[in-house]
Amino acid sequence: MRAVDAVMECLKAEGVEVVFGLPGGANLPTYDAIVSGGIRHILVRHEAGGGHAAEGYAKATGKVGVAFATSGPGATNLVTPICDAMMDSVPVVFLTGQVRTELLGTDGFQEADTIGISMPVVKHSFMIQSPPEIPRAIHEAFHLARTGRPGPVLVDIPQDLSRAEIQYEPVTDVRLPGYQPRVEGNQKQIRQAAKALASSQRPVIYAGGGVVNANASQELTEFVTSDRFPITCTLMGLGAFAAPHPQWLGMLGMHGTRAANYAMDEADLICAVGARFDDRITGKLSEFAPRAKFIHIDVDPAEISKNVPAHIPIVGDAKHVLAKLLIEYRAIAADPTRLDAWWSRIEGWRSKYPLTYEDSADSEIKPQYMIQALYEATGGEAIVTSDVGQHQMWTAQYYHFPKPRRWVNSGGLGTMGFGLPAAMGAAVGCPDQLVCCVAGDGSVQMNAQELATCSENDIPIKVFIMNNGYLGMVRQWQELFWDRRYSAVDMGRFPDFVKLAEAHGATGMRFEDKRTLVEDFKRAIATEGPVVVDVRVTREENTYPMIPAGQPAREMVG
Amino acid sequence: MGEPATKQPLSLEELEAAASLRTGRKHVLSILVENKTGVLTRIAGLFARRGFNIDTLTVGPTEDEQVSRVTLTVDGALHPIDQVTKQLHKLINVLKIRDLEPADTVARELALFKVSADGVQRGELMQIAEIFRGKVVDVSKRAVIIEITGTTDKIAAFEAMVRPFGLIEMMRTGEIAISRGRGET
Repeated sequence: MRAVDAVMECLKAEGVEVVFGLPGGANLPTYDAIVSGGIRHILVRHEAGGGHAAEGYAKATGKVGVAFATSGPGATNLVTPICDAMMDSVPVVFLTGQVRTELLGTDGFQEADTIGISMPVVKHSFMIQSPPEIPRAIHEAFHLARTGRPGPVLVDIPQDLSRAEIQYEPVTDVRLPGYQPRVEGNQKQIRQAAKALASSQRPVIYAGGGVVNANASQELTEFVTSDRFPITCTLMGLGAFAAPHPQWLGMLGMHGTRAANYAMDEADLICAVGARFDDRITGKLSEFAPRAKFIHIDVDPAEISKNVPAHIPIVGDAKHVLAKLLIEYRAIAADPTRLDAWWSRIEGWRSKYPLTYEDSADSEIKPQYMIQALYEATGGEAIVTSDVGQHQMWTAQYYHFPKPRRWVNSGGLGTMGFGLPAAMGAAVGCPDQLVCCVAGDGSVQMNAQELATCSENDIPIKVFIMNNGYLGMVRQWQELFWDRRYSAVDMGRFPDFVKLAEAHGATGMRFEDKRTLVEDFKRAIATEGPVVVDVRVTREENTYPMIPAGQPAREMVG
Repeated sequence: MGEPATKQPLSLEELEAAASLRTGRKHVLSILVENKTGVLTRIAGLFARRGFNIDTLTVGPTEDEQVSRVTLTVDGALHPIDQVTKQLHKLINVLKIRDLEPADTVARELALFKVSADGVQRGELMQIAEIFRGKVVDVSKRAVIIEITGTTDKIAAFEAMVRPFGLIEMMRTGEIAISRGRGET
């Protein structure tokens, strides 16, 4: 059969149900094969939308997302989703077409060095050089994407090679001698960690996206509740531990709660699980958690001691390591009353500094209230995607995620325009669940074209635009740190989002009154098909609390 | 948002304070890689993007044609070697990395020196070359070419000796290194 037909067989063997993509000259053979390939294909309006949709699908379902693009501009449009998937460890396989081998290196029409351009932002990539190697490359790509620390893998196939006839035999093994992720965790180190936890007076469990990726939410919860450990999650880890809960301190980091950040600051032992001590967490590194020793559990050894030296490093998958840690910890039977003083200190912060804002006295919709209203209207049971900025932080603060894989956002790369296509992907992957996108009026415009894809394919996402007419987070920084000299942040009056929705075949709504907002949201959610809701919120509202960049946690403001 | 938080200019001290674990010596990393296209680009790209400097780099075949060996030297005073090797390990085509202990390693480099030499100086140069167990591989009216193999230090010492004669050109291969004893590098 043709190599491209073998590609379809490989995808089916990997359990692929759906692919997001856009055809072009160099991947015409692939699109010929897909006609009878037995895989659902969703035609997107822009390759970046396809890439983010594959990410949203992967984050919401835990399966590998797949995106197709042609050579040249098709592939370069994928660079942002690829980089986004790299930063947030999202398992996605990208299949790109390439010009015919005889044209390689000649600056041929729609030729770009896709492998070279994407090399710094992929977990791995395959440049196909002969047709028989294609099936193996596809399977190795899936294996790499989903195992160890997940990530994006790209397979670039020249057009002539994809058309070639090959002898296809199903591949049942992968041969990657240079790739052996360690998942089990060293038993001795785990025992040492259990001992350290049992004797610590001021411990904090700091969990990140790695717990979600490892499907280790249950193990995390069992371990945390086996004693009275205070727990905080990163932006990427939200939902790994069900909020609200008495031991839950809220999110930590730049816009985290004071309770979480102050607890990190005063802790004597921090147990990091699947988190990477990003600068948005640590603030000023030299003054980060100055009294603490660190247990660092991560499947990627390069993350351990990268930013903060670990006293007890454990290389392993959160699921395996936490299960073993629980057994070791239970065997010690630590005295839970040793944490009394620590909890009264934490409770002090909690009651003194709750997450709060000054609500309006009239009909004005405060952006924080908008998220609370959404939480109420959805019963906290939606999959929520977002872009990057103020709306993202408010959603993280005020939408309490009870389960993992409910919160789909762009954390590491901070990609505007991620949320809408990611919601599309999540809705395709989870057709029985309500999928809402909270977007900014600035960021939603970066991939709004995918609304047409949603309408064409009956993908009923609900998009809630927090419309303040500004690039809000940049405006906030200009206000706070650049003497309020506003520069290029006012988005003006256009577009009309209701008309934009209607032009794309979606339902458009506009809400401006807080008093009816919950009911209005319920009505929007009950409306069939894709819906875009333009919510007019307070124009200049700041996201607080906040650790100014480069400052230590105790310098939190607001 | 990008750093810094405010428009206050950053002081140099603040920038320097961002340093971390350093060993303070030269490290020779011996890396076995799959012999596939683009592997060297991946290694070089990794160094560039993580801000690591390669001092020398050699690549060549091994006894197994599927596998190549990359030998590179890095300054441990400038870079956290632990982080360098961990990042290298993440490259799928990298099979094995050895951070060679200087005491247990035989390291050699080849260098070619083109030195200007007229009649009088030629004899003196050849004497120096002999002391360093070098070989004169080409002689012309106004220059000689000398080949030297040895450790990096020896080659540096030879360079210092011949520089006063008028060093026209020097080429060095960068070090290759192999571990002592029966075990594989």
